[in-house]
Formats: sequence, C-alpha cells, structure tokens
Amino acid sequence: MKCQLCEKPAAFHITELTGEEIQELHLCEDHARQYLSQGEAGKSPTAPALVPIVSTPGSVGHTAEELSRLDQQACPICGITFFEFRNIGRLGCPHDYECFANELEPLIVSIHGETKHVGKTPKRATRRTKVETELIRLRRDMKDAVAGEDYEKASEIRDLIRRLQETKTAEADPKASDPATSDPTASDTTASDPPAT
Amino acid sequence: MKTNHTLEQLAKQSGEWLRGSGPESDIVISSRIRLARNLADFPFIRKCTDHDRAAVERVIREQVVDSAALHDVLYVDVNGLESVDRQFLVERQLISRELAESKGARSVAIDCHEKFSLMTNEEDHLRLQLMKSGLDLAGAWQQISDIDDLIESRVNYAYHEKLGYLTACPTNVGTGMRVSVMLHLPALVMTQQIDKVFRGLQKISLAVRGLYGEGSRATGDFYQISNQITLGRSEEDLMRQVGDVVPVLIEYERQARDFLVRESQRDLHDRVSRAYGILRTAQTISSEETMHLLSSVRMGVNLGLIDDLEIPTINQLFIHTQPAHLQKIRGLELDTEDRNIERALYLKRHLRDRPSRDSDGVN
Repeated sequence: MKCQLCEKPAAFHITELTGEEIQELHLCEDHARQYLSQGEAGKSPTAPALVPIVSTPGSVGHTAEELSRLDQQACPICGITFFEFRNIGRLGCPHDYECFANELEPLIVSIHGETKHVGKTPKRATRRTKVETELIRLRRDMKDAVAGEDYEKASEIRDLIRRLQETKTAEADPKASDPATSDPTASDTTASDPPAT
Repeated sequence: MKTNHTLEQLAKQSGEWLRGSGPESDIVISSRIRLARNLADFPFIRKCTDHDRAAVERVIREQVVDSAALHDVLYVDVNGLESVDRQFLVERQLISRELAESKGARSVAIDCHEKFSLMTNEEDHLRLQLMKSGLDLAGAWQQISDIDDLIESRVNYAYHEKLGYLTACPTNVGTGMRVSVMLHLPALVMTQQIDKVFRGLQKISLAVRGLYGEGSRATGDFYQISNQITLGRSEEDLMRQVGDVVPVLIEYERQARDFLVRESQRDLHDRVSRAYGILRTAQTISSEETMHLLSSVRMGVNLGLIDDLEIPTINQLFIHTQPAHLQKIRGLELDTEDRNIERALYLKRHLRDRPSRDSDGVN
C-alpha cells in the first residue's frame, strides 16, 4: 500500500477515532511524523484522512475552485455529496462507485494498488443492477414526497416501487407470484404508506 | 426473554475457537475470515433511513435466517439488548464494537458452536465471520464461502463487474475479505522484539491489531495479523499473504521462548509461578492485570513449567473474566470494585479449587 500523500510505501496505519467517526490513514514515515506532530500542536487533530487524494498536486491536480465544485457534486441516487464522503470516509450507496468513479480511482489505487477485482463473483447474474439502483432512488423520492406532504406523488412512487419489486421477484423466482409474501421489502413500502389522499 | 435466556446459556459454555485444538494452537489462538456484503437495492448504512435499516434487517431475518438457509442459529435483536448483553457479545468476539455501539435496527445470527456469526447493519449491511481454533485459514474460507453462496442465493448483493463486491468504505471493496490470525506472543514482548517484528509486517501491507480488533490494545500479548488490501487479489492470495507470515512469527516466538528458557530459566519460572500464585490467591483483581498474568501462565503451561492446567481452561479464562461475562455468569450488575472482587473469586474457583485435569469448561 502506498502512502496517501506520496509515492512511498505506507509504513504507518493510523486509526483516528473522532466521536462516532472512524478514519483510517495510511502514511509513510515522514508524513506520519508530520501528521502526528500536527495533532500534538493542536492544529489539526482531526485532519480529514481523505483530503490528500484530491488535494495532492499531481494525483488529481484540482484548483481550489475545482475542489469546491467537486465537493458539491452529489449522487443522484442517494444524495451524498463528495464533501460528505471525504469527511466521513463512507459512501452512501452502490451507485457512488459509478458517479464518483473518477474521484474514487486515485483513492482506490492508493489503498489497494489495483483497480480491478480478482476473485469470487456472485453465482447469480447481476444484470438487474439498474432496477436495484432505481429502487434506492425511488424510496428516497417517496420519503421526500411524504416529508413535503405531497401524498399524491408519494402514492404514485409507492405504486411504482411495488411494480418494480414484482418484476424483480418474478425474475428471481418465477414460481413466486405474490410479491407481498415473497419479498419482504414489499412490506417496507406498505409500512410507510402515505396517508390516503 | 428467550434471547436473554440463550445468552445466559452462552455465557456458561465456550466457543469452539477457544478449545485450543487446531494446528499450532500453542501460539495461534484462532483464524478468522470476515466478508463484507451489501444488498443491491438499499443505500449503504450511512444513507439508510430508520425505515431502510428495519427493512434490511427484515430481509435478512425472513429470507436468510427464518428460511432455514442457516441451520441451528441463535438470532439476536441487538437493538433490543441491554448494554451489558451487547458488551458480552463483543467480549465473545461474536459482534464488533461498532455494531454494539451504533443505533437502530441491527442484529446478529450466531451458530450454536460460535464458529459463525452474521451481523446485519454494521458498517455494511452484512458482515459474515467465521472463526476456527488454531491455524486453519483454508478451512475457514471453505465454510464461509459456502454460507456466502447460500445467502447470495436468497438476496442480491451489490456487485460491480470491475470493482467486485461494493462496500460502504472503499478500503473493503473487491473481495470484501479480511483474513485475521490471532497470535499469542508473550516471549517476543518480554524480549522486547515485538515492535521490530511488526514494523517489518507493516512494510508488506499487513495490519496488526489487539485482541478486540481496530483501536484495541494488545492486552494479554494477543496480536491479530490481517490483510489491508482487499482489491486486485483473489481470496486465496489474501489468505496466502497472511498465512505465509504466520509460520515466521511462530518461529520467532519459539526462538524467543527458547532464548528465555536457555538464558534465564530461573527468572522465567519465577515470573510464571508468581503470576499463577497471584491469580489463585488475589482478593481483588482488575481485568488488565488478569490478562497480563494469564498471558505468563499460558506460556508457562506451553513450556511445561506448570503441569496441572490445560490450555483450553486458560483460553476460556481470558474471555470469561471480562467485565460483561462476569456479570452474566453472576447474573447481577456489578460496578468496577465488585467486578474485581468477583473476578478474583472466579479465578480462585477455577484455578485453585477446580478438580484436577478437568478441562471441560470453566463454569
């Protein structure tokens, strides 16, 4: 594994505990010393572990304006911003790996030294990814509609979710025709039904 | 109520991984493999609403646990547990600190031999874990991979053709696999060589953690060695990377033990005997001191300096003298002072008054 700040091998693996957040840092000896002395001096005890990937000259080379624009970029599915990810080190949904692909790549390279999975793959086809991703987005839209008291819209979205789940269940198991009993996520939408309009 | 009753039962037995029976079990306590998986149709935990978390928990309970895909498991609603019970499961290595301390719908399914556990709504939707006694990574992988296949036949995992299994943190993406071997290295600590050894490990991208994983200290001279990288290498390669280092560490530890026996046997014997003496006669004792002394006694048994004690008994004492375990076994909430008294009584009962050569459980 390479240091997050330069090309040297990471010799120090620091776990930073800040309240409920956990951040992992992988640094070479020089950068680790620099990071730790910063903490001791009280300048930056919670230096964001992931900042270097976008602020290191040469790795991405963004200007301050570009960086700020990048930070505001949000995933259309789960709504997480790149800024939020940089601060907490956790992504919001599987689609983030697509929509932040360019930004994540240098980070993934610095952690793993590779960009391509080798090893076990799920036995079942993963062709329904689009439907799955759509379900995440629709549930979020429905929640927003309920929060905005737009119950008509929420009800439409709920029906759409049910239809998608029926398709998903039918594809997964052609024998199961009743989605309400065969797919427990179906009761998820029932439980959050908007009030009758 | 049923769950509480079963946790009480758990407290009186011990997991298979503590039996001290696998290969190299004088030094290697356990081999563990963990897989991180997420459901494709829900956001990762960070963006899950309470409702999403409850739905994920329900999918796992109904599709995987209730459907008998997993056999003989105890399903525990972690959200409904008292804090002492959550701590008990952490001490037992069946759930992580993160699962114990987070909020909202979350659960764990545990097999009756405590080899396998499936956490729901930890950092990822699913965290599968398999533990074996001694050094047996291949065995652990075969079993956990079969369970992974079973779960995957019932739910859709978030998977990317290029990046593999998708995880909430990019440090786990790819295989989602963490291979850990827990070693007992008292002689390397005593001869002050441990730091040098671990600096070498970090150069080859392996992490070293304490008994209770991330952020925990190496109490009782226990160290977990695990892989850092999860992407771009097959599961077999990752196991090899960790597995190749373990025999080297075992050899270093054995050399350090030989050195101590050769150069300072009287001091070593004295240290071990004193540790054993304190553990058998103390009136009040902290968890930290207990771990420290048990570590010396464990090495003493391995070196034949103590001959009336068995390794499984000591392995269990390391876990059963932890704070939540003492309270579960006693059936009472105890403050620190009372726990220290209870711990001393417990040790006395199992080290001094126990029937000789009885290694069947320490209750």
